[in-house]
Amino acid sequence: MSAVAATPAVDRETGRHTSSSLIYFSSISENTHRFVEKLATDAARLPVYTRDETLLALEPFVLVLPTYGGDSGHGAVPKQVIKFLNVPSNRELIRGVIGAGNTNFGETYCLAGDIISVKCQVPHLYRFELMGTSEDVDRVHEGLEEFWTRLSQKQAQQ
Amino acid sequence: MTPEKLKLASHVVAINWNRIEDEKDVEVWNRLVNNFWLPEKVPLSNDIQSWATLTPDEQLLTMRVFTGLTLLDTLQGTVGAVSLIPDAITPHEEAVYTNIAFMESVHAKSYSSIFSTLCSTKEIDEAFRWSVENPNLQKKAQIIESYYYGDDPLKRKIASTLLESFLFYSGFYLPMYWSSRAKLTNTADLIRLIIRDEAVHGYYIGYKYQKGLEGLSEERKAELKDYTFELMYELYENEVQYTHDLYDSVGLAEDVKKFLHYNANKALMNLGYEAMFPSAVTDVNPAILSALSPNADENHDFFSGSGSSYVIGKAVNTEDDDWDF
Repeated sequence: MSAVAATPAVDRETGRHTSSSLIYFSSISENTHRFVEKLATDAARLPVYTRDETLLALEPFVLVLPTYGGDSGHGAVPKQVIKFLNVPSNRELIRGVIGAGNTNFGETYCLAGDIISVKCQVPHLYRFELMGTSEDVDRVHEGLEEFWTRLSQKQAQQ
Repeated sequence: MTPEKLKLASHVVAINWNRIEDEKDVEVWNRLVNNFWLPEKVPLSNDIQSWATLTPDEQLLTMRVFTGLTLLDTLQGTVGAVSLIPDAITPHEEAVYTNIAFMESVHAKSYSSIFSTLCSTKEIDEAFRWSVENPNLQKKAQIIESYYYGDDPLKRKIASTLLESFLFYSGFYLPMYWSSRAKLTNTADLIRLIIRDEAVHGYYIGYKYQKGLEGLSEERKAELKDYTFELMYELYENEVQYTHDLYDSVGLAEDVKKFLHYNANKALMNLGYEAMFPSAVTDVNPAILSALSPNADENHDFFSGSGSSYVIGKAVNTEDDDWDF
């Protein structure tokens, strides 16, 4: 009846679409997943396995991801995240990155966030360890709110 | 403490690495293999001059710290990691534990490399005698050992994770402290390799603990959680005593305790639990943190800065190969 009902389904292409402003990868160890859960905000999880279809972002988003690998940073960015960012429209919509890691890995602590920050020219907003402390959760919660507000103000000015 | 009879994996099948039940096993195996190192690769003799600049008290402290770490690595290599094998869920998990056990023996041996480079035989023997006689060091080894010989597989994993991710850090503090003052920097490089390995070990054993919790009753889960925190408190109290034994002579005990709190939180997180110590007592000396990881300082928190200099994302031509670092 309404015009909306007549519109074809959005999900025509392969892959799943998401309008979440927070997209994250977490392996089956669930550390990053637990951190995102504590943020209590709408978030979309990238598929755990590389063989599965990746997500397609519809709105600007911040990416949260852990760092893989140890020595000299080889393989720091999880393959599932590479697959996601190899989609040009996903790269156009990324606005920032948050890294998870462990300081025990020395120079490669949160390296995946650094790599994506340089590659996609977006700020590496925050780093936290393992599943994050309650302080990390508070800072990221407030920080993201301010970040999106500033972004929309800046866009309104342009 | 002697076990009544030898406990081994009850049934062994030929391990097939082409059929994987838990991808974490392969991921961690690969990471451990890629991280493999030996103390002979580290030019420890470059620290001889630096060692001579330490006071006798500082030298004694350093040797005692390293014999304490040697004891823990020996315990983990010969009993701890091996005791986890019979409870493994997959054959690949068993293989990972054999890797962990061997690396712990490499760690234990690497302290002897440091000693033989820097100290006399008499000093070395005295430091090892101290490690046998210090009650708090002996107590922490005994607490952990008693759980390794106990009959609860999940409690063994809890004890093992707390050893890997918490009990080493009263010792690891000191080489990071020397490194932050540009002393014993090659020794610190070696210790950083050990620290990296222990992080993977704690992560993996903690992960397997959490897998073990799946499907258990809420009562049993609650019991294990209570047990974890009780054991943490028991070890923590002893660790504080041990820290005073070691570091009071150089006035560093309070600084070390912050490092203990910080790492206790990470050990609990490896087991899937929330951090226990509030941020007011985990504010590790920034010099120690940056000796551990140069990326760990506050300047990397964009949210705390003015935040005005962000860049809007631009599409970059990116292919799979570009990302294959």
